[in-house]
Amino acid sequence: MRALLLRDLRLAMRAGGGFGLGLAFFLIVTVLVTFGVGPESALLARIAPGILWIGALLACLLSLDRIFALDWEDGSLDLIATSPLPMEAVASVKALAHWITTGLPLVIAAPFFGLLLSLPGPGYGWLTLSLVLGTPALSVIGTFGGALTVGIKRGGLLLSLLVLPLYVPTLIFGAEVARRGAEGLAVATPALMLAGITFGSIALLPFASAMVLRVNLR
Amino acid sequence: MASIWEYANPVKFIRTTDRVLPWVAWLAGACLVVGLIWGFFFTPDDFRQGSTVKIIYLHVPAALMAINAWLMMLVASLIWLVRRHHVSALAARAAAPVGAVMTVIALVTGAIWGQPMWGTWWAWDPRLTSFLILFLFYLGYIALWEAIETPDTAADLTSVLCLVGSVFALLSRYAVNFWNQGLHQGASLSLDKEKNVADVFYLPLLVCIAGFVLLFIALVFLRTQTEIRARRARALLARERMG
Repeated sequence: MRALLLRDLRLAMRAGGGFGLGLAFFLIVTVLVTFGVGPESALLARIAPGILWIGALLACLLSLDRIFALDWEDGSLDLIATSPLPMEAVASVKALAHWITTGLPLVIAAPFFGLLLSLPGPGYGWLTLSLVLGTPALSVIGTFGGALTVGIKRGGLLLSLLVLPLYVPTLIFGAEVARRGAEGLAVATPALMLAGITFGSIALLPFASAMVLRVNLR
Repeated sequence: MASIWEYANPVKFIRTTDRVLPWVAWLAGACLVVGLIWGFFFTPDDFRQGSTVKIIYLHVPAALMAINAWLMMLVASLIWLVRRHHVSALAARAAAPVGAVMTVIALVTGAIWGQPMWGTWWAWDPRLTSFLILFLFYLGYIALWEAIETPDTAADLTSVLCLVGSVFALLSRYAVNFWNQGLHQGASLSLDKEKNVADVFYLPLLVCIAGFVLLFIALVFLRTQTEIRARRARALLARERMG
């Protein structure tokens, strides 16, 4: 398991843009939204949590098709499938590797982007917390989507059509935590719901991903 | 009494549905014609909403069927995953576009109703929003069926998507509830309530709902038959090429 994780991380880093690409994309989204809605800081402060969450979600989406597609093309997915590791573990490890390469950098960088959008003071902690709680769910759900579309040529667009509706609850609760935190309201309910979604997804979705992978490898 | 699993045999399914289909179709047509004419021309105007209330005869049945179609797909997908009956997978596939169209009808009639009543075509109300999300789920499901060439793989993948999607659709429903307060009224039809809508509106509405249910059944039967026959034709063509 550890070997697979390390391999995925190393591949992501050596292929270039493992860590950097998602972050750069995140930055561009932030900047473009500011161009779109204007530089007024009161307005930006109000919509900052939402923008940051959407940015994180899109940056995460961007790298989903790489989770399985490359391994599928060069046949290493077949090798991994014949290894003693159960498919569920493979799916979980892939999701973890995806989270470390895209989710984690976003969590760390999000406060700085919050600065660009003049996020109000109390919002930073809650924004980071909401991303910590929410981005693992994005990775796990995305792994399921990647497993679904692995056999389809040019499945990128289809992948987003399948995955984005699944992201709705995570996005709603995540952005709600960040927004309420920024406005100084109570955040316990959405935060707990967000954590529930994340843990539920981590516990159950790898089984679905594994099932789908087995079907695709048949 | 024969077991329901006998209809997993495509031949038997086609034979039975062929016999039932005209009845269901005519009954659906009759219910819709009677219900809609009754509803549109022979019920009084609501004292607050005027004649716009009559769009209820399209809106409510379509919304009901939009959700029930997804439920039916969920059951059919489970049957396919557990018992591997092809008819079941094809029925789920056949139901998806019908359900998607029902969702669109519910959204459009809702917008037309909302314009005079709420003064807006669209509001980010929980019910409206979750219907829009349901529509997205339908689109994804249909797109996945179209994208995969091997029929069994497609059936497997879409079934799993339907299961996972159901969970997340339900989650979205509650998340959206939490996210925004509603403009839409509460449920107007519930089985456990003493009184729902006033009787003058209620009876034609029931007829319309029956019509929509029958219409859905007829369309799913027809489309499933088409899928079975198309698959058979493909198999014959393949055999011819081989031979």
